[in-house]
Amino acid sequence: MHRCEFRDLGRIDYGAACEVQQDFVEKRKQGLVPDQLLIVEHPHVITLGRNGRMENLLAGEEVLRRAGISFHHTDRGGDITYHGPGQVVGYPILDLREWKRDVVGYVRGVEQVLIDTLADFGIEAGRAAGATGVWVEGAKIAAIGVHVSRWVTSHGFALNVSTDLNYFRYIVPCGLTKPVTSMWQRGARVERRDVAARLAAHFGRVFDREIVGTTVEALI
Amino acid sequence: MTDVVMPQMGESIVEGTLTKWLKKPGDRVERDEPLFEISTDKVDTEIPSPAAGTLAEVLVEEGKTVGINTVVARIDETGKAAGDGRPAAVAAPPPPAAPEPPVQQAAPAAAPPPPPAEAAPAEAAQPTGPLSPLVRRMAREHNIDLGRVQGTGAGGRITKQDLEAYLARREQPAAAPPPPAAVPAPEPPKPAAAPPPAPEYIPPAGVAKARVEPMSTMRAKIAEHMILSKRTSAHVTTVHRVDMTRVARIRERNKADFQARYGFSLTFLPFVTRAAALALREFPIVNASIEGNNIIYHSGIHIGIAVALENGLIVPVIRNADELTVVGLQRSIVDLAARARARQLKPDEVQGGTFSITNFGSYNSLFATPVINQPQVAILGLGTVEKTPVVIDDAIAIRSMGYLCLTFDHRLIDGALADQFTAKAKSVLENWQEDVL
Repeated sequence: MHRCEFRDLGRIDYGAACEVQQDFVEKRKQGLVPDQLLIVEHPHVITLGRNGRMENLLAGEEVLRRAGISFHHTDRGGDITYHGPGQVVGYPILDLREWKRDVVGYVRGVEQVLIDTLADFGIEAGRAAGATGVWVEGAKIAAIGVHVSRWVTSHGFALNVSTDLNYFRYIVPCGLTKPVTSMWQRGARVERRDVAARLAAHFGRVFDREIVGTTVEALI
Repeated sequence: MTDVVMPQMGESIVEGTLTKWLKKPGDRVERDEPLFEISTDKVDTEIPSPAAGTLAEVLVEEGKTVGINTVVARIDETGKAAGDGRPAAVAAPPPPAAPEPPVQQAAPAAAPPPPPAEAAPAEAAQPTGPLSPLVRRMAREHNIDLGRVQGTGAGGRITKQDLEAYLARREQPAAAPPPPAAVPAPEPPKPAAAPPPAPEYIPPAGVAKARVEPMSTMRAKIAEHMILSKRTSAHVTTVHRVDMTRVARIRERNKADFQARYGFSLTFLPFVTRAAALALREFPIVNASIEGNNIIYHSGIHIGIAVALENGLIVPVIRNADELTVVGLQRSIVDLAARARARQLKPDEVQGGTFSITNFGSYNSLFATPVINQPQVAILGLGTVEKTPVVIDDAIAIRSMGYLCLTFDHRLIDGALADQFTAKAKSVLENWQEDVL
């Protein structure tokens, strides 16, 4: 079975996380490292995907600055989204040639990981036709946006665990006027760390990977 | 001309949206260089070019959704030489009508458009005509560009026999003029610095299956430097085990604050750099160079940090490193590493180092014997730091242990001094006193 290294990097700045990802993507392309599942939490940040529309950002720069939210353009798929404390953000760096050469199959797999994880905590979640992500009774609980280069994935998913949902008021999440929700709002008052552990387990099962934990040491 | 098609990114996927052209018509493009981006269901994918040449035509504009295998652009491979303004070396003009042997060109009309070259199997290898698994495998194993093979099977399909015939022709040495792909792609603009083009590789009979590629300028320089160093210095490596627990705890405790305050993370490297700087102050001969029979003691402590790049390495220098705190060192390291990877270092930022540090621990190496960065006389390597059972006062404890490896030039530095130097660095790390934040 292929190995996948699980790394919980803790709370790290969005830009720094992008650099770390990029580093792993390059190493993965060269075959220097196995697949990676990076788990992080970001300080308040709003990110706009390559195909995102600025009109989905509802606040001006000044308002964001005063609210302590930074803003980034990124190269992932999808529109606009918010990341912040209380989210489990996952960045799988997978070489899809060693799984299936199927980017949509990959996204469906990531959704399955999230759905199974939520089920472990008693939350019944599912998919919505034509709207990638994971939904609970019409409200979005996890967002997905992926970038693929030479079959190596980056970016990934963000699951709201105890996120302060008020921050989503600054945007039209993913360009869709649908409500957002979190695990806490759904009555599961769980710790971020426990959610990350279940995510890793389901990720291993769905993608047929042996998850190995590695200590997070110097990345430079 | 090579057709560029919308690749199939998954079995259930029948179309893709072309979101962005990364090149404009008329631009030069290298094989495997990202050419355009597509989007399918929240996934953005960069598609590399199947061939090197000039982007001749763009047939699908940004924002359009087209079916897989639709031709989205054409690449003119002959534009390769012309685009450089350098005709292909030969003085006599080629005969007008038949510039290349016919096998080099895709068969006209009858054959399906040639599939993208095999070198981009990931994104682009979806053939427009049927290819058997055997043919695909042979093409891959023998590094055959299927666009150059004329199919004789039904509907122009390429068969095993076609490949065998092609291989037989290819392996006959010399007779034909070299195919354009064999001309070493000139390094972009800097003609002066470019290495001399690799001589045409003529494989010995029967050994024709290797892929030949000229070294990049950087690779050629690294190769030269490494050999020069091994010829110059008497390399010896000494390895000390160091207890990093104290530093690991400081790092753990300050990680979040550090990240919040400075916007980058705190690694082991600045601690080791600080320890090395203090040891260099105490043992100036490790911060020296040899010139003839003279020893040059450098007044400043300028520490080079080895940074791994995609296809090579570079050693940017932190000037007066002994005057910086851990924060200052980490800031310099992050900045230099980021700009090294973005290829934005200025020349004077990679020169004038008096000592170097390399961190192979980030790739999980325990210890290594690094090569000295000339004209320096020593280089310190840091292995991975891991929790390890160790015996302290006859009890087993869990400590974060790592190895410090000093390669020194035995012409100038004796073993005892090298060990005193390393022991000093070790002692600084094990008894860390300075504030970090």
